[in-house]
Amino acid sequence: MPVPILQVRGVIQAYGEHSVIHGLSFALAKGRIGCLLGPSGSGKTTTLRCIAGFEAISDGEILLSGKTVSRAGYLVPPELRRIGMVFQDYALFSHLTVAGNIAFGLGLMAKSERAARVADLLSIVGLTDAQDKFPHQLSGGQQQRVALARALAPEPELLLLDEPFSSLDADLRPRLSLDVRAILKQQNATAILVTHDQQEAFALADEIGVINDGALMQWDTAYNLYHRPANRFVADFIGQGVFVNGTVLTEKQVEIELGILSGEAATQYAVGSRVDVLLRPDDIVHDDASPLQAEVLNKAFRGAEILYTLKLPSGSTALSLVPSHHNHAIGEKIGIRLEADHIVAFTKPA
Amino acid sequence: METSTARAPTAGAFIFSRTRSNSSGWRLAVLLTALLLAVPVLVVFSAFLSPERDIWNHLLEFVLPDLFVNTLWLVIGVGAGTALLGVSLAWLTALYDFPGRGFFSWALLLPLAVPSYVTAFVSIGLLDFAGPLQTWLREIFGGQIWFPPIRSTGGVIAVMTLALYPYVYLLSRNAFLSQGKRTLEVAQSLGLSRSQGLFRAALPMARPWIAGGLLLVFMETLADFGAVAAFNYDTFTTAIYKTWFGMFSLSAAAQLASILIVMVFVIVLIEQHLRAEVRYTETGKAGRQTRFALRGTRRWLASFYAALVLSAGFIVPVIQLLMWSSEASVDAFDPRTLQYLWRSLALGGIAAVLTGAVALVLVYANRRQTDVTTRAAIRFATFGYAVPGAVLGVGIFIPVAWLDAQLSVFAKTILGIDASQVLQGTVLVMLLAYLVRFLAVSFNPLDAAMQRITPSTEEAARSLGLDSKRVLWRVHLPILRSGLFSGAILVFVDVMKEMPITLMTRPFGWDTLAVRIFEMTSEGQWERAAPPAVALVLAGLLPIIWLNRHAEKC
Repeated sequence: MPVPILQVRGVIQAYGEHSVIHGLSFALAKGRIGCLLGPSGSGKTTTLRCIAGFEAISDGEILLSGKTVSRAGYLVPPELRRIGMVFQDYALFSHLTVAGNIAFGLGLMAKSERAARVADLLSIVGLTDAQDKFPHQLSGGQQQRVALARALAPEPELLLLDEPFSSLDADLRPRLSLDVRAILKQQNATAILVTHDQQEAFALADEIGVINDGALMQWDTAYNLYHRPANRFVADFIGQGVFVNGTVLTEKQVEIELGILSGEAATQYAVGSRVDVLLRPDDIVHDDASPLQAEVLNKAFRGAEILYTLKLPSGSTALSLVPSHHNHAIGEKIGIRLEADHIVAFTKPA
Repeated sequence: METSTARAPTAGAFIFSRTRSNSSGWRLAVLLTALLLAVPVLVVFSAFLSPERDIWNHLLEFVLPDLFVNTLWLVIGVGAGTALLGVSLAWLTALYDFPGRGFFSWALLLPLAVPSYVTAFVSIGLLDFAGPLQTWLREIFGGQIWFPPIRSTGGVIAVMTLALYPYVYLLSRNAFLSQGKRTLEVAQSLGLSRSQGLFRAALPMARPWIAGGLLLVFMETLADFGAVAAFNYDTFTTAIYKTWFGMFSLSAAAQLASILIVMVFVIVLIEQHLRAEVRYTETGKAGRQTRFALRGTRRWLASFYAALVLSAGFIVPVIQLLMWSSEASVDAFDPRTLQYLWRSLALGGIAAVLTGAVALVLVYANRRQTDVTTRAAIRFATFGYAVPGAVLGVGIFIPVAWLDAQLSVFAKTILGIDASQVLQGTVLVMLLAYLVRFLAVSFNPLDAAMQRITPSTEEAARSLGLDSKRVLWRVHLPILRSGLFSGAILVFVDVMKEMPITLMTRPFGWDTLAVRIFEMTSEGQWERAAPPAVALVLAGLLPIIWLNRHAEKC
């Protein structure tokens, strides 16, 4: 098995008494796009800056292509790490043109080679016409693409993206994150993205690490984070959903008030034990024929679908995503049915 | 790639030790710079703390009462005058459309190009009894007409107001522009008339900026030497000069200087306090500016008012200077003028490079060293702009004379040579004084440029493979260039215009343009003072043109 491009092993980063990251471990193979996803203040940006070499670590180690670049009391400076970084504020060089910015890290190349590489990147990010402009003459989206091209130009082993979309308009983000993914894949780049936005993480990354309070909660694909969260934090943080009471019947069956859920369970529970069962909005479908009825408490129109907040007979609430031609009024009772092929449940907190 | 990671361990170990050893060098440089200002200030202060009784009694009885009354009137008068002109013109050009608004909004800064002592002697020459205006009036109306005497308290106040109002104008204009029309519209939407809106919303909001401009005016007024000297209006600066060079009492001069510096420091303290307030009330740019239209005769009244101020503060003095200069050069061109010009240019140039280099060190130290001592030392080192030139002249001369005495003892006893006055009256001492006085002028634009280089800009360069030395050459210097250049232009012009330090510390007989103007003015020879004044005005236009072009680009 080839050596992963990046290995983070038990990294701890602390300022005096206060530790920002405690014991973080993960690895990223060549050509993969990873993402560190977490609420603000969770330590994800600090992790990225440790990987880049801007911050020292207090314990553990960081390896790039199998070579240690950070450990306690030892730090390879960022300029020797062959990493590229796209900053949150882009940090473009205001005294250089677009082409000058992209060429900035190509110092050792022959002149003709450099020009060819710059032209190549300009066409990849679609800014050939803007090559002589200065950063302040560009739109936010264009600036971001210059920052990306500048970071990619020296063909870094690992590309780090720090909240790269946060200063863009919300309606630009989905398209741009797909664009960026396409560029990264085309260049076969290995990259780590830091974001607090799930949609961005889902759109861009192959694998995602959910970080909370300086510790890794789960490292997995987007599908698994959503449907097989490893713990309550991930279940809560990713997607929408509610917890309802349940009783474990067998290894593969849990009974809740809406019926019996069957399927693969992420963990094993003692038969007969009481658990909290996660219900996603897509686990409950609207079915007029169903004998199970729930009262509409609230509704949010989302275009193709309506997200209903429902009051179950027991009084607990649940969410259901329904095609939007099923338009029901608040207070109305509608028929619902369970439709889930797996179980996400957690033992009740003591 | 392989090689660079293989090299990494040594390089990594290196980086820690290097940052540590560097830091003490930065701190030392900053502390030395701060010491340059601290010594003269402390020398002057010590005169305040340990007054010599008989000198003090003499000053108290015969000198100080007049000085205090004169200074008080001057500060009050110039303060009121500049506030009135500066705020009203800023208000008009920021918020109203009238013919020539675009032109006036930058042209109203032009009086800054004319040193106040030039405005002063031109006004005296033009409006005095024997001057062209009164002569002309007498020819028309014959014999007895009454004309307000120009050599009066009112005259000095009027002249200094015309020379200094641009400070208030510039700052309050910024405030009004950033408030925008919006503030007034909000006031109007809440039922206030436009003029009520001005007094209840716009002016109170702009207060910290207006006050900031006024404090600059106060500092300049207290520090002014040339204009009050031309009017023979005694203030502390002229009194310092006269007691030193007229009565040859350096200790009395130091005593006077100590009183002046205490007054200036009070103003500096208020200014620092205000700056914090400005930071809190920053309103931000209000997007694209739209202005109210003025109608009918009012729009022409606005143009007329702006034109009147501009004429009095710039156009008329410049025309008069050019007329005198052409008369003077037709009569007999004084070849020494070229020598004065050369000296002024050289002094300005060397001082600009010197302060620029020192400012660069301070700006770097400011970024690198975040400890309290360094920060405080940097702030202190840039306070020199507040110390009046006359005070600095005294404060630098005393320690230099002391050092000379030590050196001459040393030379006599150890080397057996007769050497008095090794340092006194050398260009070196002059340059040192300029450095202390104008360091802030270089430092501020440079510091502003440095603020624009965010930490992530540096990190971006590092992540692209540059070590810190190459980051300096390829990122910092190119971005700092414009700040460095605008600082250099300002220092260059300030040094050329500088009068009291130059008078007090120059090598014997080593005259510059400013010194020449002082001498010709004190003899009432306006025509011969005019050519050097024209040179100074031309130089003074440089930074205004530069600032204006710069402002358009952003």
